Amino acid sequence: MSEPKIEGIELKPGFKGMAEDTGSDQTMFKGVHWGKAMMWIFLLSDTFIFSCFLIAYMKGRGSTPVEWPNPSEVFALDAFGVPVPLLLIAIMTFVLITSSGTMALAVKYGYEKNRKMCGWLVLATAIGGLTFVGMQAFEWSKLIHEGVRPWENPFGAPQFGSFFFMITGFHGTHVSIGVIFLFIYAYKVFAGHYDQQKRGWFTSMKGDYVEIEILGLYWHFVDLVWVFIFAFFYLW
Amino acid sequence: MSDTDKKEQTSTHKIGIYLWIWGLLFVLSFFSYMVDWYQFQGMLRWSLILFFMFLKAGLIMAFFMHLFWERYALVNVLLWPMTAIACFIFLMVAEFKYTLFTRLFYFFVGG
Repeated sequence: MSEPKIEGIELKPGFKGMAEDTGSDQTMFKGVHWGKAMMWIFLLSDTFIFSCFLIAYMKGRGSTPVEWPNPSEVFALDAFGVPVPLLLIAIMTFVLITSSGTMALAVKYGYEKNRKMCGWLVLATAIGGLTFVGMQAFEWSKLIHEGVRPWENPFGAPQFGSFFFMITGFHGTHVSIGVIFLFIYAYKVFAGHYDQQKRGWFTSMKGDYVEIEILGLYWHFVDLVWVFIFAFFYLW
Repeated sequence: MSDTDKKEQTSTHKIGIYLWIWGLLFVLSFFSYMVDWYQFQGMLRWSLILFFMFLKAGLIMAFFMHLFWERYALVNVLLWPMTAIACFIFLMVAEFKYTLFTRLFYFFVGG
């Protein structure tokens, strides 16, 4: 992962290493599994999609002369009769960060070939993600009951609804897909597919704990996107 | 035997670093929630939000996604395209100001 060693080639660090890796007339990403490189390329393209959504939201919010709904009031939740601003969103943020931490540890234990620990942590991550999706479903239904629609809402500028459903919906879809894969991979870890190098159902490559790192990259990315949504949509 | 030992050393990091980053992410999220809790407004609010956001994003990418330990060939391929996004943001800031100006102009002055 960090310092790959390839026979017959001296790998230099820093920008010099980058130039030599790029011009080495062979694989450019030294010591990086092809699946991992592909996941990174996918995440880069996904970054562009989410950036476009957030930039569209910035443009929409900036160009409307109607007052934007105050997110701190719209997303407030009553706790024991007192409205607490952004309560649910804060809990969702902490759940997602928790699951990101368990995923990071799962990757670490995976590379140490600690099958049980890795499996439980992937399972914990999946349950964290499921909790997040559940809370998001609750948030959506609450707002829909209050009359928020993609074309109108009782709080202010009508664009609010369309951006809200588009951005959180797309993020929620990513989380849901991640949860499905986390459950599948939790099963694969527990069943020992990576210890036995069993071939996968998707690529037929030999099973290896690097797959947990690839899955981890996706999951951390979902958390990363939430950091930006939390900042720009809920706090701004 | 020594070969496998070597491999394990290079491919995993101490658990402490993950726990530290995890804890930091909790603290930073708590701080960014506090920005809303205390209802800071204006430039202070925006700069605090951006500061905590970039710090969190950086920590996740550097340590949870291992970019800190990757070779520059991969890191640069991933990070340079972000400048295109930054350019796009600046373009659209100019655009929304213009749109807002045009709307207000025609609403109040007329066509």
